[in-house]
Amino acid sequence: MHEVSLMATAVEVAEMHAREAGGTRIRVMRVRIGAASGVVREALEFAFDAVTVGTMAEGAVFDVQVVPTLCYCSDCSEEFTPASVFRECPTCGSFTADVLQGMEIELASLEVT
Amino acid sequence: MCQTCGCGAVEGYAIDRIPAVSASADDEGAAPGTPTHTHDHDHRHVPVHVSLLDKNDRIAESNRRRFEAKGVVVVSIASSPGAGKTALIERTLHDMAGTFEAGVIVGDLATDNDARRLARTQAPVVQITTGTVCHLDADMIANAIKRFDLDALDLLIVENVGNLVCPAAYDLGEDARVVLMSVTEGEDKPAKYPTMFQRADAVVITKTDMAEAAHFDRDAALAYIRRVAPDAELIELSSLTGEGMESWRHYLDQRLKAR
Repeated sequence: MHEVSLMATAVEVAEMHAREAGGTRIRVMRVRIGAASGVVREALEFAFDAVTVGTMAEGAVFDVQVVPTLCYCSDCSEEFTPASVFRECPTCGSFTADVLQGMEIELASLEVT
Repeated sequence: MCQTCGCGAVEGYAIDRIPAVSASADDEGAAPGTPTHTHDHDHRHVPVHVSLLDKNDRIAESNRRRFEAKGVVVVSIASSPGAGKTALIERTLHDMAGTFEAGVIVGDLATDNDARRLARTQAPVVQITTGTVCHLDADMIANAIKRFDLDALDLLIVENVGNLVCPAAYDLGEDARVVLMSVTEGEDKPAKYPTMFQRADAVVITKTDMAEAAHFDRDAALAYIRRVAPDAELIELSSLTGEGMESWRHYLDQRLKAR
């Protein structure tokens, strides 16, 4: 449950960017969360409601995009989405694949007024 | 704002240098994004694309450079509560006394019990009480190391808050991340907490003296570890009996020699 800490950072960064853009209210806040990042979507949504009270983002639409995990097996040059928490290459059975995407914890964009 | 569940009021973290020897002393210490286009009315789309761990990662990198400059090897230790982090550190400090200088940063939600326990070894110990925060972050470490004479240290061990979830995301600036699992916890810990184990440089199975009593299935545990963390070093030990401590010692020695 480090989602509250992450959300507090997200609001801080969002307010900074909204101000730079000359905005006073954040209407939409979009984040990208990797499926293998360890962040739980529901916990993040809960944290958003709690953390945004009294900020420029209070009442904003919170849009979470989950980025699927994509691995690359260097043994057989295969890209794959793992079927479980194990990063098992479906072609050769190796567990040593690199993670190409799925670790994102990112504030993607805002709509401000 | 409570950092754990969103309730109640914020309690900041505290950093306390724990004096050596005495078990009674109580020290009071202490991207850029630019708007591009305008759509209807004055609704503006603002691309940001900033990692929420960006600030932490930058502080961690600064910690890492500082440790490198001072020649200190930093090893962090994470596990679930009660897996034996403090016992392993205690045994390590005891066994290696006189061979190199080690310091410890201990993270807990509350109490300085672990730090007091470790301070009996004469090693410099700094306690971080995180209040409601479920993990250590790079900024806490940056503040804690101000309490050490880094020039006098060869090794700094960071004991994270007992938690197999949240600490995984936070780079502290350490050289190596060590994750412990004890034989009493169940063989499938790596599968249940993959993010933590996937980021481990070494996985240490602790309390091996209790393996039989706990009906620990070693082969099953090793298979889980190998599938989740195929590149991690694997060490099995008992901090109580000392069994396997030489492998751990060797692991630390390799890191100390590399610096």
